[in-house]
Amino acid sequence: MEVTRGVDMGVRQWIESWPVYRQFTEGDPLGRGAAAKSAGSERLRARVSTADKVVKSICPYCAVGCGQDVFVKDGKVTHIEGDPDSPVSRGRLCPKGSATLQLTTGSAREYQVLYRRPHGTDWEALDLDTAMDMIADRVIEARRRGWQWETDDGLRVRRTMGFASLGGATLDNEENYLIKKLFTALGAVQIENQARI
Amino acid sequence: MAECHPVGFQWVMEAKARGAKLIHVDPRYTRTSAVSDAHVPLRAGTDIAFLGGIINYVLENDKYFRDYVVDYTNAPVILNEDFRGPEDLDGVFSGLDPEQRSYDHRTWQYEGMTVQAASGLRDMAYDDIVGEADESGHGEAAGSGGPPIGVGDPERDPTLQHPRCVFQVLKRHFSRYTPEMVERICGVPRELFLRICETIAQNSGRDRTTAFAYAVGWTQHTVGVQYIRTASILQSLLGNIGRPGGGILALRGHASIQGSTDIPTLYNLLPGYIPMPHAHPEQDLESFVRGESARKGFWGDMSAYMVSLMKSYWGDAATADNDYCFDYLPRLTGTHNTYDTAMAQINGECKGYFLMGENPAVGSANAKIQRLGMANLDWLVVRDFSQIESATWWKDGPEIESGEMRTEDIGTEVFFLPAATHTEKDGSFTNTQRMLQWHYRAVEPAGDARSDLWFTYHLGRIIREKLAGSADEMDRPVLDLTWDYPTMGEMREPDAEAVLAEINGFDADGNPLSSYTQLKDDGSTSCGCWIYCGCYADGVNQTARRKPGKDQNWVAPEWGWAWPLNRRVLYNRASADKDGKPWSDRKALVWWDAEQGVWTGHDVPDFIADRPPDHRPPRDATGPDAIAGDDPFIMQADGKAWLFVPSGLTDGPLPAHYESQESPFPNPLYRQQRNPVRYLLPPHPDNRYAPSGEAPGADIYPFVATTYRLTEHHTAGGMSRWQPYLAELQPEFFCEVSPELAAERGLEHGGWATIISARNAVEARVLVTERMPSLNVEGKVVHQIGLPYHWGPNGYSTGDAANELLHLALDPNSHIQETKAWSVDIRPGRRPRGPATVALVQEYRRRAGITDGTGTEI
Repeated sequence: MEVTRGVDMGVRQWIESWPVYRQFTEGDPLGRGAAAKSAGSERLRARVSTADKVVKSICPYCAVGCGQDVFVKDGKVTHIEGDPDSPVSRGRLCPKGSATLQLTTGSAREYQVLYRRPHGTDWEALDLDTAMDMIADRVIEARRRGWQWETDDGLRVRRTMGFASLGGATLDNEENYLIKKLFTALGAVQIENQARI
Repeated sequence: MAECHPVGFQWVMEAKARGAKLIHVDPRYTRTSAVSDAHVPLRAGTDIAFLGGIINYVLENDKYFRDYVVDYTNAPVILNEDFRGPEDLDGVFSGLDPEQRSYDHRTWQYEGMTVQAASGLRDMAYDDIVGEADESGHGEAAGSGGPPIGVGDPERDPTLQHPRCVFQVLKRHFSRYTPEMVERICGVPRELFLRICETIAQNSGRDRTTAFAYAVGWTQHTVGVQYIRTASILQSLLGNIGRPGGGILALRGHASIQGSTDIPTLYNLLPGYIPMPHAHPEQDLESFVRGESARKGFWGDMSAYMVSLMKSYWGDAATADNDYCFDYLPRLTGTHNTYDTAMAQINGECKGYFLMGENPAVGSANAKIQRLGMANLDWLVVRDFSQIESATWWKDGPEIESGEMRTEDIGTEVFFLPAATHTEKDGSFTNTQRMLQWHYRAVEPAGDARSDLWFTYHLGRIIREKLAGSADEMDRPVLDLTWDYPTMGEMREPDAEAVLAEINGFDADGNPLSSYTQLKDDGSTSCGCWIYCGCYADGVNQTARRKPGKDQNWVAPEWGWAWPLNRRVLYNRASADKDGKPWSDRKALVWWDAEQGVWTGHDVPDFIADRPPDHRPPRDATGPDAIAGDDPFIMQADGKAWLFVPSGLTDGPLPAHYESQESPFPNPLYRQQRNPVRYLLPPHPDNRYAPSGEAPGADIYPFVATTYRLTEHHTAGGMSRWQPYLAELQPEFFCEVSPELAAERGLEHGGWATIISARNAVEARVLVTERMPSLNVEGKVVHQIGLPYHWGPNGYSTGDAANELLHLALDPNSHIQETKAWSVDIRPGRRPRGPATVALVQEYRRRAGITDGTGTEI
């Protein structure tokens, strides 16, 4: 009897834990809620649940401007998903937006300054501060060499044609503001971005 | 839209679920077409004919919104009697100078007055405005109301009957854009075309509105600006501007491409669409503002915007005595666009180049020209996430492979500086609907990766330290620059919110401003971008507001901040009638509250808050004071929507159908084949044009090519070809061809094809699909070839760049290249390797008889 009852209980437990059975007995007829859970999946935790913080952000790809939630743990970005609060996107992201974690943390990102000397056949390492100093020297030099006070017919232009800049549509407004401000003050006019293409 | 802006497209589907009709006009059948009520494939490059046909339908069948048209557009305005259009001059407008390849726009003006444009090339009218003012003796009358040009209102005929009124001119101009002509030019059957016309007309008026959404492919033509103009005319005639569910929406493709236009990293603009000054004799701040601004409307206050900008740039150094440092601004002479710059690099004038998040080595039209330019630089700085093609062309670019260049011979010094991602910096993006949204730094960037804010700030700091003490007048602008931003942490990252606060602006006491109406031209206010004034009102970062959408009304005004002044629909005064009442309850957005004496509504009214609808300004009023109560278009010099553009456009006051720079067809409408003033770069052996129409050799490149994006990649791929998920979804470059073309040329689905233009040749996998239908145009079948342009040789997902095939023939207003329609040939198999690719391209050019003059005829 004990044995039989044990088998009986085992079968009943087995049947009652069967998702199709639970689907119809637990008020989840489509099987998309509680009925789909197993003891194993019950124990799973989303990696976002252990995040130290969630930082509000905006998708960096196209100009729709979908909201993103950036999950951070131990000083590292661990997950990026759509922000359900956004009236623009209501939590959705497209394939590109969904790949933002790879964009920001993927192995293809470079973290070192690289330098190719004139006529060089490969990259060399260069310290960031040295690179900044070298670039500043080159800007000053190119600016002077390309300087024009006047055009050939005597119109005042006060500018340099010695250097140019391209890019801005993927950057922040604040970054565009500083780029335009600095390069204009240096006399550059060839300042352009993706809006032209 | 479903392909390129899928998350935005959810709102189109919401509208469809509520009964909206969806029409998709595109040479290619896409995910958008799949859910549309109608897909209209047309020949690439013929949208003006298509839209012009709808305009003709609307005018001929009296389907326009008469009250809106009479009250809110320039339809009743009488034009100068010397104006002649393409109907009179076989395809060109009066004022064409064939030698200079430019128009004198004076005959396009209103009868008896010179009006200034709110955008576009305002410098066109500079000499007229400043010159006339000087002749009339008012040249030095600064602050006294400006010159007596455009005083009062233009002459109008509200019955729209006067033969020289804009409405009648428009009617004549578009009269030959018939359904039959649309069928001939575009390859759209007339029954289908008429069904579209009827749907749009029925869905416009008091109770209904129609919206146009275009991905920016519309701009990528030698007549690109006129494409948008044609849509503007149609939408204005139908009363679909400034109203909910209406408008013309540019679906732009970069997170802050709108922001980088508002706060421009563009050669021809200063922040807030103030023009960069062109060189003029004896120009001072006063003559600049007078020459470039309008007498009436909010551009009438340009001096306040300009002086406040100068104060943001140069702070205490900018004083009334030194013209607020106006002389510190470099001057333009002609164009200095990115393609001119590439040519200036090739000819050795431009020696240094910064690339910040842009990849021209594969992302710009005629990519080879870009690489040739970079190979002739002294130095190149590339700031990006990965080793994009613009960073590595000197060792593995196509010219190294073909033997045209040797790495050892290239003298360009290259610095690659790793960039920080948006998750590693604070800052704001402006989305395609002018809304600023703040993103917060989640983590610090690792290694040498830095934000562009860090890079620009510290570069400026180092340059200023090196130049400190210089007595050279050349160095004054950079030494006098306000450049003292607070920095944070060990990295000394500048405080992005401090920069936003500077953009917003301050009053004389250093308090944040809340509106551009507070700006002064006496030096007491500063503002880095007048249209962004208010984004930091009350010292609060308004762009960071995140009240959940579900807790707000449908306008969602408390999420982010839209310029100007958080208005979500521009010119929304037009959503109400002349008397300030909504055109219908169903389409109410803002209205006049007579009891309170203010404009109110669901959105922030884009109008002077307390100006009653019946207000008539005194005749001598200027600036915003001159705006009448029924002038909804408050930036325009006459307060009205412009069906006809008297100033600001370089290529005509009305759109006319011209064939693309390269086209298999002669223009069926006019003897004039192409836009006569399209901007062609100086002749270069790698930028030859193919013959068009019936010219000998045109049959060597018999097919129309067009470029586009895919859902799974982004622009030239710098942010998507290095992502494994995306690379797996779209692993390589391909072309889309119709089964008919595949049969004609022996192309196999899944096999390889080589596509050849007059510039270059690329190889691509072949996708044979009915999604790229062949069309009947002018009695013959035209095949079109689709080329997604995301690729280059680097990254995980690789392929040739479609931009190799493209020429440089630009829209004369915007200087945007024609990437949406050009001529190619296609053949089965991979392209040859090494010098043989160059030989193949040359062989084609020889067969077509191409010289440096081909295609450059006016």
